[in-house]
Order: sequence, then C-alpha cells, then structure tokens
Amino acid sequence: MEKFTLILLSSRPTHEVLRSTICGVVSSGNLEVLVESKPNRDDCTVVVNTSAHGFRDIWEAVFRDFTRRHPAGGLSFTINDAGATPAVVSLRLDQAFETCCGDGI
Amino acid sequence: MSGLQISYFEASARKRLSGLLDADSFTEFCPPEMRQTSPHLALLDAPVAFDDGVIVGRATLSGYPVLIIAQEGRFFGGSVGEVHGAKICGLLAKALSERPVAVLLLADSGGVRLHEANAGLIALSEIVRAALHVQAAGIPLFAFIGGSCGAFGGMGIVTRLCAEVVMSEQGRLGLSGPEVIETVKGVDEFDSRDRALVWRITGGKLRRALGEATLLVDDLIPAFRTAAIHLIERYQAQPPVPDELDILLAAQANLAKRRARFDGARDGREIWQDFFAEPSRVPEMTVAEFNRQAGVPP
Repeated sequence: MEKFTLILLSSRPTHEVLRSTICGVVSSGNLEVLVESKPNRDDCTVVVNTSAHGFRDIWEAVFRDFTRRHPAGGLSFTINDAGATPAVVSLRLDQAFETCCGDGI
Repeated sequence: MSGLQISYFEASARKRLSGLLDADSFTEFCPPEMRQTSPHLALLDAPVAFDDGVIVGRATLSGYPVLIIAQEGRFFGGSVGEVHGAKICGLLAKALSERPVAVLLLADSGGVRLHEANAGLIALSEIVRAALHVQAAGIPLFAFIGGSCGAFGGMGIVTRLCAEVVMSEQGRLGLSGPEVIETVKGVDEFDSRDRALVWRITGGKLRRALGEATLLVDDLIPAFRTAAIHLIERYQAQPPVPDELDILLAAQANLAKRRARFDGARDGREIWQDFFAEPSRVPEMTVAEFNRQAGVPP
C-alpha cells in the first residue's frame, strides 16, 4: 500500500458538516471515502491509502479539480483505495460531498 | 427511503440498512470514524476498510427496537476476519443486556476470511456460540439473504441457527460454495461455471422448498423490510417456545427422511418434483405464486 497526505486550499462550504460521512466500498476498482470536519477551515486535507503505487500526481490532479468544483475547506478526506480509476474517484468524492454538505440533507 | 424499486442484491450494506430501517433511527456501534481496521490485512499490505466489512448497530423497525448486523459482500466477499467477527459478537452480547425484540442479520458472506486464518475461524466459532446464547435468552435472530455472496461456510452455519431465514431467489445458502466443491471433488461433481445449476442447488427457491429458508421475497429492499416487520409482529404476538428435546428429535428424524428421499438427487429439479405440480415451471414462477404453491414451511 502507498500512503500520503495532501493539503489543498479551498473555500468554506455553505453548510456546517454535522456528522461524518462514508461513501463507497473497498473492492476491486473502487474505494471508500470518509469525510470528517476539521478545525482549520481554509484548506482541506486528504489522506490516501492506495493499493496502486506511483500515482500521487494523478491523485493531486483529481483533488485539485474537486476543490475547484466544491468548497471543501474544513473537510478532511480519508481514502481506502483498491485501484479505482480517476473517474470513479471523482464520482465518489462528489457523492460524499453531496451527502455531507449538499442541499436537502 | 425513496426509490421503491431498489434491488437488494445490487445495494451496498449501508444502502440496505437505510432502506430497511425506520428513517434516521440507526445508531452505528464502532462507526467508520473509529477506524477499527484489520491488523492482519495491514500486515499483508492489503487494502483495509474502516468498518472491516460489517456494520452493526441499534435501530427501530416499524417502531420496534432491534439490533442489526449488515455484512458488506463487496469487501473481501463479506468475509469474517477478527475485527469483523468481534463486532458481530459484541453486538450479540449487547442483545443480552438491551433485549431488543429481535436481532436482524443481513448476511452477505463467503465465510471465514482466509487471510486471517485461525483468528477468523475463532471469530466464527464465537459468533456461533453467541447466537445460541441470544436465542436461548428468548431473543430471536432473523437472517436475510439476498446479496451477491449469499451465506456460505461459517456464515451458512450461523444463518441456519437463526429462528427465521428470509431469502430472495437471487440469494444463496450453503456450506461449501460451488467453487470449493469443484476444486476438491472435480467438475463432474459440481460445475461452478453453470450459473443456472448453482442457483437451482443453492438459491432461494430450493432453500425455501426444503424449508431451510422460511420465506421467499422479491429482490427489493422494501420486500425485505415488509418481511422483517411481519416476522417481528408474529414473534411478538406468539413468542416461540424453546426447542424441547422431542421437537429436536422430530427435526432430526425429518432430516434423516429427507436425506434418504433425495440421496441420489443431482439437481434442484429432482427435488422440486416432490413439492410442485409443474416442477419445470418453478424457475419462472413469481415469488407470490411460489410461496402459495410451496405452502407452509415444514
């Protein structure tokens, strides 16, 4: 497994995150994302634990896109990955964000 | 709770819980943020899951207090490792003090997690003992099977200890799985690639015909919810009597008779002949028609 932490600047979400959220399942080509709130609300932290070695640059690109799409400041993402493609990662991040910060929740 | 046509088979364990239980009633024990992951998988440098493939907690179902276990079949085949098993045992121990109306087991597991070897096997034997304790204390266990892994190995044993077993046609129940039998005894014994044969032998319809499952339901989360509420209300209205020796002996005699009757059977079709006027039509029967023709479980 390869493990690393990323910190990305991002604006603050409009909704308070009341409880943590988990999204996805650790199975081949899939991943789980645990979203929790953290004290510093000017950036978001990402901890990735992945079975696919050597793709840190791509994870950084996927998260840069994500923090542009969504205000993720004050959120911490912890990921257990079993070889998900970037498209699947983006989808799970959007689902997780929608569940914990989206309207109507 | 939206989307009435959600397939139980395709849903994740968390999705099943959210569709089965009363809205916002679920409290998870050992939730993902506690990060109780498998130390064995970490040693093997394999991916871990924050819930180790099982979700346990307290909820209400149609207002009745229940404790519930949901296995995630997509994480290492719902296999029972040390942490996974400890969570189930802990929940069953809690049932003795909380006394819910029932413990619901949403099984979706191939059995022991082979990566964890003896720790997994010990966990399973502890689950068996805990399940017997809970039921001896008058709290029934209801098993629900409709996931892609079915209930095999140790989880097949645990399922058969439960007071009631609800299955969909897609659900499967057995001890050794088809691929294990083929590996050990050869393809002539059991062709695990023959999907129709696998389901005719391990699937919900055969298990229900033989009485190993007590109810067949459609592959829809609301159908499982309705069945669970129905069982709770039945057990509330008429609490089960503990198994007396003569009841156990009669069950044993029935099993011996069944063994003698179907000793040479190679396929579910040969068994359906005993229960249905048109055995060839069984695979295409709707759940309602099947339950009507199958009658009351033995």
